Amino acid sequence: MAMMAEAETARASVTRIEVRAADGVGDPRGAALRARIAAAGLGVPTRVAHVAVYLIRGLDDAAVADRVARELLADPVTQRASVTAAEAPGTGAGARGGAGAAHRDGGTTARATCAVEVHPRPGVMDPAAESVRAAIAALTGADVEVRTGDRYEFDGMDAVAARAAVESLVANTVIHAVHDGAYHPADFVRGTPYQLRIREVKLMGLRDAELEKLSREAHLFLSLDEMRAVQAEYARLGREPREIELETIAQTWSEHCVHKTLKATVRYRPSGPDALVAATAEMRPGHEPQADGSVIIRNLLKSTVAAATHELIGRSPMLPGPGVDTQAKPIDWCLSVFSDNSGVIAFDESDAVCIKVETHNHPSAIEPYGGAATGIGGCIRDVIGTGRGAKPIAATDVFCVAHPVGTRVPRGCLPPSRVLPHVVAGVRDYGNRMGIPTLSGSVWFDDRYIGNPLVYCGCIGMMPRTHVKGQVLDGDVIVAVGGRTGRDGIHGATFSSAELTDTHADEFSHAVQIGNAITEKTLLDAILVMRDEAGGCLYRGLTDCGAGGFSSAVGEMGSEIGAEVHLERAPTKYDGLSPTEVWISEAQERMVLAVPPAALARVRAICADHGVECCELGTFGTPSREIILRWHGTEVGRLDCSFLHGGIPMPTRDAAWEPLWAREHSGLAGAVAEGGEIPRVGAAESIADALRALLSHPNIASKAWIIRQYDHEVQGTSVVKPLVGPGAGGPGDASVIAPKAGSVRGVGIACGLATGLAADPYVMGLAAIDECVRNLVCTGVDPSRIAILDNFCWPSCGDPRNLASLVRAAEACYDGAKAYRTPFVSGKDSLNNQFVAEGGRVIRIPPTLLITGMGIVSDVTRCVTMDAKGASSGDATVLVIVGETGMHLGGSHWSLVAGIDRDASLPMPRVDLERGPAVAAAVAKAIRSGFVRSAHDPSEGGLLVAAAEMAFAGGCGLRIDLRKVPLTRVARAAAELAHGGSGHAGASGGAGGATGVHTRAVAFAEDPSRYLLEVRERDLPGLRDALGDVPHATIGRFDDTGELVIDGGSAPERIGIDALRAAWESSWQA
Amino acid sequence: MGTHELKALVITAPGINCDGELAHAFEAAGARAERVLLSALARDPSRIARADLIGLPGGFSFGDDIAAGRIMGALMRREVYPALRDAAARGVPMICPCNGFQIAVQAGLLPGPAGAARSNGAVGVKGTAGSTVPMGAAWPDEAAPASVALLQNQRARFVDRWTRVEIPSGTVCVWTHGLDCEAPDDMLPSAHGEGRFFTDAATMARLEAGGQIALRYSRDENFNGSMGAVAGICDPSGVIFGLMPHPERWTRWTQHPTWTRLSADQRQREPLGLRMFRQAVQWARTRELAPAARVPAAARG
Repeated sequence: MAMMAEAETARASVTRIEVRAADGVGDPRGAALRARIAAAGLGVPTRVAHVAVYLIRGLDDAAVADRVARELLADPVTQRASVTAAEAPGTGAGARGGAGAAHRDGGTTARATCAVEVHPRPGVMDPAAESVRAAIAALTGADVEVRTGDRYEFDGMDAVAARAAVESLVANTVIHAVHDGAYHPADFVRGTPYQLRIREVKLMGLRDAELEKLSREAHLFLSLDEMRAVQAEYARLGREPREIELETIAQTWSEHCVHKTLKATVRYRPSGPDALVAATAEMRPGHEPQADGSVIIRNLLKSTVAAATHELIGRSPMLPGPGVDTQAKPIDWCLSVFSDNSGVIAFDESDAVCIKVETHNHPSAIEPYGGAATGIGGCIRDVIGTGRGAKPIAATDVFCVAHPVGTRVPRGCLPPSRVLPHVVAGVRDYGNRMGIPTLSGSVWFDDRYIGNPLVYCGCIGMMPRTHVKGQVLDGDVIVAVGGRTGRDGIHGATFSSAELTDTHADEFSHAVQIGNAITEKTLLDAILVMRDEAGGCLYRGLTDCGAGGFSSAVGEMGSEIGAEVHLERAPTKYDGLSPTEVWISEAQERMVLAVPPAALARVRAICADHGVECCELGTFGTPSREIILRWHGTEVGRLDCSFLHGGIPMPTRDAAWEPLWAREHSGLAGAVAEGGEIPRVGAAESIADALRALLSHPNIASKAWIIRQYDHEVQGTSVVKPLVGPGAGGPGDASVIAPKAGSVRGVGIACGLATGLAADPYVMGLAAIDECVRNLVCTGVDPSRIAILDNFCWPSCGDPRNLASLVRAAEACYDGAKAYRTPFVSGKDSLNNQFVAEGGRVIRIPPTLLITGMGIVSDVTRCVTMDAKGASSGDATVLVIVGETGMHLGGSHWSLVAGIDRDASLPMPRVDLERGPAVAAAVAKAIRSGFVRSAHDPSEGGLLVAAAEMAFAGGCGLRIDLRKVPLTRVARAAAELAHGGSGHAGASGGAGGATGVHTRAVAFAEDPSRYLLEVRERDLPGLRDALGDVPHATIGRFDDTGELVIDGGSAPERIGIDALRAAWESSWQA
Repeated sequence: MGTHELKALVITAPGINCDGELAHAFEAAGARAERVLLSALARDPSRIARADLIGLPGGFSFGDDIAAGRIMGALMRREVYPALRDAAARGVPMICPCNGFQIAVQAGLLPGPAGAARSNGAVGVKGTAGSTVPMGAAWPDEAAPASVALLQNQRARFVDRWTRVEIPSGTVCVWTHGLDCEAPDDMLPSAHGEGRFFTDAATMARLEAGGQIALRYSRDENFNGSMGAVAGICDPSGVIFGLMPHPERWTRWTQHPTWTRLSADQRQREPLGLRMFRQAVQWARTRELAPAARVPAAARG
């Protein structure tokens, strides 16, 4: 049944039902809004009440309406319903009131001073409305249409202020209409039936400027070269393209779908003598040094990220490089890399795990809740749509946002204090409803994300190894399953590839999508039943409808054999969709299956059981490998797969590395925040004060307010949770799950993000890989079984300087993956993250490379957490640092809180590719041997922050001596030079001066490849054997004093662990 | 003694998502679990009659749209209430964690029939704490309207956390009665947005007096603001157990939030969640062996 009903119900009217809390029950939602209004300084209402509003069309029988209100919509104990019939909206005369209903409307109520209502705009997905519709049908047999809304009633606040508060804190006018007083329409806005018109687009004879204009105005976002290629193809065919064909090409060729920048040929020009790309070009695949000093890189992605994997798995010969073991046996546990919707590795003999991480930045900038929810929803479908179907077992999320307080918000941007809570709510509501534990993540704050917040969503799935690959055959039926098609998200793929401007929110509101997690959950349930059918999997392949909708799903699955599609067969949300809209709609929660005809009946039955809609859209396989599109039999489009997938011109792109410009535009920029959000500490203040400031820095401080909103326990698999220690008061390094019932084998998940080092993305990339590996190793993951993913979010790569920085990050991926033997198995990029504010000012995000890692734990009962265990049964424990400290303060959080982050003389830490993997292997061995009581990696904030976290997370005291920290050779020499002392850190005497700086550098430098381990004193000899020649030292001792004592400065400093925990818990939260 | 395998029926529906771990918990406790869609059950309610134990899992049934459990509760009321009511009257243990609790309350299964138990001469059993458990209390033919509610948490937000819990000594609940949860690591995980227990004073008094309060959050751990810190209740006979925490998520010690701090001795002890399932499975087995002479589940240890 179409939601928009046909003629026979056309005269039905709309009934309005309000449900409010009964007296004395409490109204947390109203109270929460009241508190938020006060906190935002928007007023001080004496009371705010939340009222749920249901608008129901076709509920004309008063008795039935009352029953629906009483039995379905309101709780008899705690709520009161009132029904207003359609005859007299706004007058109150039609109120058939439930008990206690006090409402009369027209802008005011009997009790409230004023009321403001928020309703979804027509055509915007309203998941609750769909549930209510189905429930009314099931309970009363009535065939109705439903819309839901929210009403807020205010006392002690005038209507103008109330509306302003709702618009600023609750509604997003991109998807919501805000009404003063009761909204009670006479009827719903509806579509009109579509009349077929086949529109041709004139390309013949167009000049370059006209092609560009067409591309821009039709929102195709194709470059001039690409427009010319399309023009040439249709000139060859001797006809004009039809609209649907042009749209399909634009979708398929979008940056989002084809990654044309990362796959392009790049000419990289170094600045002066270059120790990286140019100097090592001979040792890099696909790199061709040129006489002029530049380097041509053929297919950047294939020559860097993917090349590392191919060498590691033995698909191409292992080239030598720093830290590379050319003799090592090829990795045999990668089962599917870069070819499917997610990357797949072996879990054990019978099962595999797969992982995908996506970004959903542009939609989240405009509608954070819907953007984040559909981001995680799409990533989950990627996992479901891998091979012949995987079951999602975990989700991850990483956000990069501007500081919520004190940031100037340019026109066209949402305030960050709203973006962050709303993206969190979006991930929460989708992940929790899907029943997938969201258990790993991070948040990075930088004001340059103001116009382009980054929302990374990851998903991990599990599947039998027999289902890792699917194959579509000629004659398979194209079955679309899941949600209905609407105008949602039309142009999502092309839009995500474009630069945002201050008018984008208006122009592209139709690109915004709202998710319906329950539709996706039922779809998942049905697909797993089909996959695990006793007689064998019922379909041969599947994929999700992501960017580009059916056009990309069917196009990809049929890229080798073609497909014939009958677009009118797709169930739609409402009338009036054109064939083009059906074909490119990005409506959520849809997937496409390739079903052999014999299995169709069973597929239909399973869908019916689960309440999942399915339709047979067409057939795979056409005689000449074409995509043929029909509407009620009439051909509306015909596309040649070879042109669609191989016709995109790949011009050589210019990359020019300018280190000074990069430092200026990409390096740390804490100073951008104008408010008092970032804690500050003067260079002369004590180490303890600096430590406290660092713990409360938003990047480091507790994210418990976010983490606790996610159900990270669902499925009952969690072993190491995101927060660890008594009272869950410490930040875990990686999360571990044991996904298979009855098996102690586990999967660890973590990420690495080193945006502080973005001034040189090569350095940043290596640091991110190192951090990701350390996080995993700290919990007990086997470092020889780690797969990683790359997610590049960059400012516009049309600018050669940005493209050069991307090249350098990609080279880091190649070098890092080979040295650590961590193959990339999947990845994604988003390469246009800059915002053009009013007046043309360009706000570029810092180049951001997220490395996500997934590793295997052979026995989860041996996992380790970061909370210090302290003395138990008389065994004292000590703190051991593994790895050397280089005292590099460049890019560190200490440089931010000390206000010296722009100081170009501060050296940046750099991963030693020989040393890093060796340290990781040694620590893993120590953990495996059972010597390690707790382990933590010093990353953001440095080793003293990490040591403090271990202490307060475990409720232990700690005395630490910074002079005992082993230094690198260079740092040792510098320390000796500074005060002619011993080769250890900090050394003796003298407040401030060189010694003070050195002590701080030891405490707070974010040098890579270091681990803090808590070890029983009696286990030290065993630990020493396990670590071999890897540098390490005992630098502290845990106790029960409740204090952190820091030795190594001019005098011992003391600070209570409660004060440290309080600092860590003090950051902004929504 | 060659008893047949006990069957645990786990009822699922669109949006239910804790059916997997609930089935595993039943299996860990020695029953064989079978998952079935509500739509299939509505076509064939006799499957309920063949069940030895029943689970109504957590999740977001039908999106928890309108209110948590509302739509699923309304559907169950219409489609399977009589069969479930009869199962309860037969003494079939039924656990309803989280969304299951919200659903059971809306479906008229909890807190169950009031007062009528003794007057209709139902069989009573003696609990170890001395309370009389009214068996086979008179369930109404039509599902009763809800008399307790699970409201939005007091901070109006979804919360995932582990808490200490207490089991009231006088409870008649076959799932919790007599279980020892005194050790500091005896905790249960909760994860919900609408778990604030609420009812009127008279109903509360009746639940207290009848031993129907089956579980409370420990002092200072009542994070959702529940009336009387109530975390779970049961019907007057004690077989239907609804609770906001998820005992099915603590059946192996590596699921505990601070298991890396537990000593070898502590790890020897069975997790509290598993003990609840074991006790109910034991009850079901006893009931099956000697249906005429029901005995209370013995408190272990």
